[in-house]
Amino acid sequence: MTRAAPVRQAPTSRPPAPPPQQWTRDRVEDVLFGVLGWVVIAVLVAVTLLPFYYMVILSVRSLDEVILRPGALWPDSFDLSTYVSVLASPDDGGQGFLLFLRNSAVIAVLTVVVTLLAAIPGAYAISRLQFAGRRQVSTLFLAVYLFPAILLAVPLFVFFSAVGLRGSLVGLLVVYVAQTVPISIYLLRNYFETVPVSLEEAAAVDGASRWTILTRISLPLAMPAVVSNALYVFMIAWNEFLFALLFLAEDRERWTVSLGLSQLAGSIEIPTTVLMAGSVLLTLPIVVLFFLAERLLVEGLTSGAEKG
Amino acid sequence: MTLSTRAPRIRTVAQRDARFGQLLLAPTLLIVLVVVVVPILWTVVLAFQDLRLIDLRRRGLFGSFTLDNIIGILTSPGFWTALRTTLLFSIVGTVASIGVGLIAALALRRTFRGRTFVRASMLLPYVAPVVAVTFVWQTMLNPQFGIVNAVGTDLLGWDDPVAFLSQRSAPVSVFGVEVEVPVALLTVMAFETWRYFPFAFLFLTARIAALPGDLEEAAVMDGATVSQRFRYVVFPQLLPTIALLAVLRFIFTFNEFDDIYLLTGGAAGTEVVSVRVYDLLTARGDVGAASAQALVLALVLVVLLGLYFRFVGRPGEEP
Repeated sequence: MTRAAPVRQAPTSRPPAPPPQQWTRDRVEDVLFGVLGWVVIAVLVAVTLLPFYYMVILSVRSLDEVILRPGALWPDSFDLSTYVSVLASPDDGGQGFLLFLRNSAVIAVLTVVVTLLAAIPGAYAISRLQFAGRRQVSTLFLAVYLFPAILLAVPLFVFFSAVGLRGSLVGLLVVYVAQTVPISIYLLRNYFETVPVSLEEAAAVDGASRWTILTRISLPLAMPAVVSNALYVFMIAWNEFLFALLFLAEDRERWTVSLGLSQLAGSIEIPTTVLMAGSVLLTLPIVVLFFLAERLLVEGLTSGAEKG
Repeated sequence: MTLSTRAPRIRTVAQRDARFGQLLLAPTLLIVLVVVVVPILWTVVLAFQDLRLIDLRRRGLFGSFTLDNIIGILTSPGFWTALRTTLLFSIVGTVASIGVGLIAALALRRTFRGRTFVRASMLLPYVAPVVAVTFVWQTMLNPQFGIVNAVGTDLLGWDDPVAFLSQRSAPVSVFGVEVEVPVALLTVMAFETWRYFPFAFLFLTARIAALPGDLEEAAVMDGATVSQRFRYVVFPQLLPTIALLAVLRFIFTFNEFDDIYLLTGGAAGTEVVSVRVYDLLTARGDVGAASAQALVLALVLVVLLGLYFRFVGRPGEEP
């Protein structure tokens, strides 16, 4: 059936509607896709949410019960001792996740701060100021965003080993910032470009310097984008695994939550339910942040796509 | 677009702007050069050196040059197997995640109570920490106490629990024909689809929301059915976005490390090139071989992208 041609013509009138009882192709498809759509939505919701639900449920069930009834989707008892056990320090017989949470928070917050300090002026420069090499810098940042992390892993691992910085949080921070600044500049640049130039020109006429314009006019107007960008960077740093593994694996005191969970996951002595509590603690901050800022984040990330 | 090109201004302002722009960008540029550009160039140098991690302090960072690493990689059977696995994994992962993302985006065009919540939940697999979700998958698929095998053996009549993540292949009979199915590889592909369909969903939803409504309305007036409207009106307008997504997803899947390392560690026929790079670097401490491997991976990717742009064309827009 090719109906492409009529589609392009200006509509004149709808073809005579068939009697309601007749099963035309149109009606069959309406019913079919109408039902299919709901089925798809139900399946997708189940598939995306079930693992998270299972994570929470398993973290409050007792291990015996899990082994006895592995298919149960509702806990017989709520046992929160797993959380105590996973948070407590190893000296007290726990897994030390409290320390890991602190490490992750420190690294993620520092990454956000340093990234924004570099990205806000950088994005402003690329969106508003004309200078030699501007275009090339943009291309370079895009290339960095697309560049595989595993390729960077080898030289950075060797270099940090050679200078003895491998176990330090500073080394990791530098790597995270380098990976998040380019994408931040890209996202913020799109936003700065929507700030009306006339506002800045008015300020310039009144004698404001470029720095004043940036900090007093453009930045306050771009605040929604800055906040969504900060959350995005926080999520990247909090979730990051490869470089944490390469740099910090040897020193348990410095493990992040992601690294800690992955290192302990293979162990036979630690009950899966306890580690599941750890995995809830790892996921929870991200899910909370995401639902708080979902609209901001989605708009920020897809602002380029909508222009088509 | 910018102040200086828009209005005719005296030169000094333009010059001052230029200097200020470079100053603002300097910190970012510095860190990107030091942590990204220089290391990449250095990878190339390392790939042609015989360097092991234990020699590092004694020998320094520059030794004599050799082709042994590259030759060693290209002649080792493990590399070609890993490259084939990587390609298969990338193609299936890319196509499946975009396909599911498209279906999800289309299904969620209808308005209903709670749609915002459903849309946001669709993004969870993508934003959640990879270590947490791989751990949950491992537990769910566990042969002893995982829920999938419990449901499979109790309700679906499986004879034995399936070791989804540690079994290389299993015979499955389809219409009486025995076929060997790569179990672990299919499982990591399923995980990849689950984790990344939200990425395609996100971009396609944004694009669909921005589609002009009059074309579809005209199609309705002309009596086009649901499937015809999709085939001839909606889909053509989504093609540029899909092409862009295909490139992005292929690049990211081709270099994927976390998912496979965390799920299977590269065992049971799931060893991709990036996991090999990691093993060469940490388990064997063979810096030269790891660099050569990473370099070959990057070159293969560049060649594939070159072919894509040559034959399929450049996507209309940058991401």
